[in-house]
Amino acid sequence: MRVDGQDVTAEPAPGQCLRTFLRQAGHVAVKKGCDSGDCGACTVLVDGQPRHSCLVPAVRAVDSEVTTAAGLGTPDALSPVQEAFVDAQGFQCGFCTAGMVVTATALADEDGHVHLDEDGLVRRLKGNLCRCTGYRAVRDALAGKSNVVREGGVGDPVAAPAGRRIVCGREPFTLDETPTGLLHLAVLGAPHVHARVLSIDTTRAQALPGVHLVLTHRDSPDVLFSTGRHQHRTDDPDDTRVLDDVVRFHGQRVAAVVADSVAVARAACALIDVTYEPLPAVLDPEEARRPGAPLVHGDKDAVTSRIADPSRNVVAASHGEVGDLAAALAASAHVVRGTWRTSRVSHAALETHAAVGWLDDDGRLVVRTSTQVPFLVREELCHLFGLDRERVRVVAARVGGGFGGKQELLTEDLVTLAVLRTGRPVQYEMTREDELTLAPCRHPVRVEVTLGADTDGRLTAMHLDVLSDTGAYGNHGPGVLFHGIHESVAQYRCPVKRVDAEAVYTHQLPSGAFRGYGLGQVLFALESAVDELAREVGLDPFEMRRRNVVRPGDPFLVNHADTTTDLGYGVREPGDDTPSYGLVECLDLVQDALGTTRAGDAVAVPAGDRWRVGEGVAVAMIATIPPRGHHSTATVSVDACGRYEVAVGTAEFGNGTSTVHVQLVATTLGTTPDRVRLRQSDTDRAGFDTGAYGSTGSVVAGRAVAQAAALLREDLVAAARAVADGASGAWSDVAASGAAPGDAAGAGVWAGAPADDVTVVVGADGVRVGDRLVTFTELGPRSAEGSHHGSPRSVAFNVHGFRVAVDTATGTVRILQSVQAADAGVVLNPEQLRGQIEGGVAQGIGSALQEETVLVDGVVTSRTFRGYRVPQLADVPATRVLLARTRDGLGPHGAKSMSEAPYNPVAPALANAVRDALGVRPHEIPMTKDRVWRLARGAAAS
Amino acid sequence: MDLDVASLRRARTRADLRLAPGEQLLAGGTWLFSEPQPGVTGLVDLTALGWVPVERAGDGLRVAATCTVEQLAAYVPDPAWTGWPLVAGCVDALLMSFKVQAQATVGGNVALALPAGAMTALLAALDAVAVVWAADGTDRREPVADLVVGPGRTTLAPGEVVRAFDVPGHALRARTAVRQISLTAVGRSASLVAARRDEDGTLTLTVTAATPRPVQRRFTGPPTSSQVTDALAGLEWFDDLHGAPDWRRAVTTLLVDEVLAEVTA
Repeated sequence: MRVDGQDVTAEPAPGQCLRTFLRQAGHVAVKKGCDSGDCGACTVLVDGQPRHSCLVPAVRAVDSEVTTAAGLGTPDALSPVQEAFVDAQGFQCGFCTAGMVVTATALADEDGHVHLDEDGLVRRLKGNLCRCTGYRAVRDALAGKSNVVREGGVGDPVAAPAGRRIVCGREPFTLDETPTGLLHLAVLGAPHVHARVLSIDTTRAQALPGVHLVLTHRDSPDVLFSTGRHQHRTDDPDDTRVLDDVVRFHGQRVAAVVADSVAVARAACALIDVTYEPLPAVLDPEEARRPGAPLVHGDKDAVTSRIADPSRNVVAASHGEVGDLAAALAASAHVVRGTWRTSRVSHAALETHAAVGWLDDDGRLVVRTSTQVPFLVREELCHLFGLDRERVRVVAARVGGGFGGKQELLTEDLVTLAVLRTGRPVQYEMTREDELTLAPCRHPVRVEVTLGADTDGRLTAMHLDVLSDTGAYGNHGPGVLFHGIHESVAQYRCPVKRVDAEAVYTHQLPSGAFRGYGLGQVLFALESAVDELAREVGLDPFEMRRRNVVRPGDPFLVNHADTTTDLGYGVREPGDDTPSYGLVECLDLVQDALGTTRAGDAVAVPAGDRWRVGEGVAVAMIATIPPRGHHSTATVSVDACGRYEVAVGTAEFGNGTSTVHVQLVATTLGTTPDRVRLRQSDTDRAGFDTGAYGSTGSVVAGRAVAQAAALLREDLVAAARAVADGASGAWSDVAASGAAPGDAAGAGVWAGAPADDVTVVVGADGVRVGDRLVTFTELGPRSAEGSHHGSPRSVAFNVHGFRVAVDTATGTVRILQSVQAADAGVVLNPEQLRGQIEGGVAQGIGSALQEETVLVDGVVTSRTFRGYRVPQLADVPATRVLLARTRDGLGPHGAKSMSEAPYNPVAPALANAVRDALGVRPHEIPMTKDRVWRLARGAAAS
Repeated sequence: MDLDVASLRRARTRADLRLAPGEQLLAGGTWLFSEPQPGVTGLVDLTALGWVPVERAGDGLRVAATCTVEQLAAYVPDPAWTGWPLVAGCVDALLMSFKVQAQATVGGNVALALPAGAMTALLAALDAVAVVWAADGTDRREPVADLVVGPGRTTLAPGEVVRAFDVPGHALRARTAVRQISLTAVGRSASLVAARRDEDGTLTLTVTAATPRPVQRRFTGPPTSSQVTDALAGLEWFDDLHGAPDWRRAVTTLLVDEVLAEVTA
C-alpha cells in the first residue's frame, strides 16, 4: 500500500479495517469519530475515491494508493481545500476536520470550491458530522469564503494558531503521539442494571497469550471518589470506585484486561467468569424517592460520601421559600402551571475519551488524556492512588471536543492502575458505543412550574419543583442541580419565590456535566411557563420579559436570601460603577430582527394548508464564571529573539481560548500572533489551572495571561529604559506613569513617561525608547507571571428568537428564522464568538428537535450515531448572531464568557415558536416529528 | 472497526462459499465492519467472484448481489425504462454517505433485512426476484418482497447466498414514484413508500421502513381512498428509535396518497 507517497509493507490482520491499519503505520491524520461509518472523521482517498476507512477491510486496500489529509498538503503548502478551511476557519476543535477536508477534496474543483445546490450539498455532506461549528463555517469553507486574518490583535478575527496543522490532520490529538511498547486496556461491562458481583474468576483470561494483567474490584484502591471533577473535590459525592463489586447501571465496568492488543484484551474480557446476584432496581426518578424503593447507594454514609439522603436516593436537595408563596398565588390575577421534561443527551464530542499513561525516565507517572481539566485529574489521581503531586504529570493535547463531557475522570484511573501495576505504557480508548452507553449524559430533568402575575403581567409568585435524574453515580449531580435553579430563577424579578429541587439516583447510566450545566433544562420549563403567562395576561412575549427580567441593582434571588454572593452586574470599567448589562438590548435586537424579516424569510413558508407559522423567544442568564473560585496562573516569557511563549494550564477543546490568549499577548506586547507560542494544559509546564469548564478560558485563564503579558511589558519597558539611559531606576518611572500594574487594557504603546518625556514602544523587534531600539538580544530572556481566581463575577445574557413553520400532518418543524442576541461584552475575536454562538445553537437545536439517549429497562438502545441523531449539515439552519454593545470591566479587555450560554435559550424559544404555530404547548424535548405530530393532532381534536 | 476474526478468505468459486462454523459472508463490509460481530471468527469475501454488477437480462435487468449502490445508481438505463428514477429516489433514502454507497452492496442491503433498507424497497417495488444459491448446489428464486420477513430476518437458510436480483422489464417500463420521511432531514427512513403503475394499468404499492417487512398491495387501476384505507388497515407498524408506530402509520398514509397521485396524474 502506498500512503501519502510512502510505502506501507505491513500485513493487515484478517478483520482489520483500513483506519487502524493506517494509524498503526503512523498515519494518524486519520481520526476515529465513530468507527462505524457514520461520522466521516476517518475519510481517506483510496485510489482517488473517498472512503470511510473504518469500514474498508484493510486487505482490500493493500494494492491501493491511499491519501489522508496529511497527504493533500502540508502546513507550509496547503491544498486549495485546506486553504479554504483555514480561511473560513471551518472548524473548532478540529477533530472532524481531516475527514471533512478529504471529503471536500473529492467534491471540489481545482480552486478548492464545492459547487453543489443545497439539496446536493446536504446529501453529500450527511456522512460528515461536526459537533462544534453548527456547520456555517464548514459551508463557508466549501464556498471559499474567508472569515479570518493571520495577523491582528484583540478585536480582530485572528485565525486559530493550530489551523494550518488541523486541516492537514497534523495537529496531534490525545492518541496521535504515544510511547512505544504500548499495552492496551479493554473493559468488561456488566449485563445487569443492579447486581452484586458474587465471584470473578480470571483464570482463563489470564492464561490467554498476550494478556499482562486482569483487574477486578479486588485490585481497586479502597477509596471512594467521583468521576466529576471540580475545583473543590467535595462538590461531588464520593460514591464511585475504580472497580466495584456492586453494579449500579447496565454496562458498568466490572473488570479490565491489559494486553498486547485491543483484540487480545477484548478476547480476554470474554473469558472472565463473573457470577452476579441480580438485585431489584429503580429506574424511575419519581419512584426513587418513595419509601421502599431499591437504594442505589444505601451502603454509603451520608456525611463522608456527601450524599444528601442515601436512604431516599437523594444525592442533593435545595428547598426554600422567599416570601409567602401560597398567599402570593392566591392574590395573583393570573396563574399558570405546567410540567416539562427534558431527555438524556450525549455530548457526542468527535474524539472519544481516551488516555495513555507511562512512567518517564525518572519513574514519574505521565498521563496523556482527552480532558478539559488536566490539573484536576492530577489532583484526583494523587488522591485515589496515594501519589505525591510531584510524581504525577497530566497532559492534554488538543482535545477533540468536550461540552462538559471531559470534566470527568473516566479513563485515567484505570490507566494509572494499569501503568503502576505493569510498569508499561498503557492505553485505554473508549469506543463510540461506550460514549453513547456508558459516558455520562446530560441530566434528564422534570420541572413543575407555577407562576403568578398581577393584571399588568408583573410576576407575583414563582414556584419550581425540580427533579433531576443523576443516574447511578452522583458526578455533577449536586452542581448541575444547584446551578440549574440559580441563574434561571434569578433572571426574573419576583418578590415571592419557592424552589424545591432534588437530584436522585437511579440504576441508569450516570448523568454529568453538559453545556449549560442544568440551566438549559430548567429554562426549558421556566421560559415555556413565562410564555404561557404572557398569553394568559395578553402581553407580547418580549414585553412580558421587559417587565419582569432583573435589572442592575436587583438581587439574584432564588429560594433564600443570599448575602455572600460575589455575583453582580459587572462594571463597565475597573473602578467605575456603571453596570454591564445587555439583556434589554438583546431583547430589542431579537424582536427587531424577527419583525423586519417577517415580510420575507430566507426559507419560504411551505405551500399548503398543512403548515402553521409561529414565533417564539426565550431568555437565558448565566454567571460568567463558576462560583467559589476558579483559578489560573499563567506565565508569559520572551526569548532573546523576541519570540513569546505562553504557559497556561487550561485546555483547548475547540473553544478557541488558544487564539484569544495569543491575541491578548500580541496586543499587549505589540507583536504578531505568529511570534507567540502556547504551552497548554500540561501540569509540568504551567501553573495550576482549574480547567476549561464554566466558560472560563477567556475570563479566568485569559485574565491570567493578560496580566502576565502586562507585567512582562512593564518589565521590558523598565529594562529597555535602563539600557537606553545606561542607568537603573527606570522601573519607578514607569510605575509612576499612572497605569495600574497588571492592567491589560492598554496597547503596546507606553507613552508619556514623565521623567524625560520619551516615548517607549514595545514592538515586534524590541523596545523603542525614543529613537533608540533596544533589541530583545540586549534585553535577554524575561518572563512574568499572572493569575486570576475567578472572583468577582458578573452575568451575561442570551436571547434567542425563532420563526418556524410546523407541518401538522407530519410534525416537521422547519426553522424559517433563527436569531440570537448575546451580551458578550467586548468582542475579542468576532469569528470565534460567532462560532461559539452558532455551535451552541446547533447543539441546542439538536437537543430540542432530534437528539435523545433512549433507555429501555435501563439499557441504552441508542448505541450508535445511526441511532443517536447528532445534527447533520442538513439539520442546522443559519442563525443570525447579534451583539449587545456592552463592556465588562471584570473580563479581559471588557469581554464576557460566551461558550455554554448560547445553548440555553434555544430549546424553550423553539418550543414557544411551536406553541405559537400549533396552539398547543410542547412539554418535552426533543420535539421529534412524531411528538409534534401528536401535539398537532391533539390540537385538531380539541 | 476492527473485527476480531482469525481468517479472511476470498471465494473464487461457488464451492468456496461453503461456510465453516463461525464464518460469515463479506460483501461490501459496510455493515459488518460497523458493529462488533460477536461469534464471527472468519470472513468469506464474495467480491472476488467477479460477478458483473449490472447486466441486461432479456427485457429486464440482472443486478448482482455484489453490485454496489453507486454502480447501480450510475447505470445508464434503457430510454424506455420510465421507472428508473425510482433508483435514485431509493438511493437518496439510504442513511449512508455517498462514500459508503460506493462500497455497500445491493445484496448486502437486502440480506441485512433492515426495515429501512432502501434497496429492499427498490427491488420489492420493482417485483425483483432474488436468485439464491443453495448450499447443495441448487438455485431457488424468491421475490424480494417475500425474502425479507422481519427486522434482520430473511428466508435465507444457513449456507444460502444471494447471487443476483432479476428485475422484470415491465416494472422498469412502468411509471414510478417514491416518497421518504425520516425524523431528521436526511436521516434513516421511518417510512419509504413506492408506487408503480405498469403499462397495463396495474398499480403496485410498496411500503417499507414503516413496517417490519415490506408490504405490497396491488390494484387493477387507481385505487379509491377507501381501497387505500383498507389496504393499510391492520398492518403492524414498526417501532424503533426512528419513529413511533402511530406516527409512522399517519405519515405512511400521507406518502401513499402522494405517490398514488403522482403515478396516476
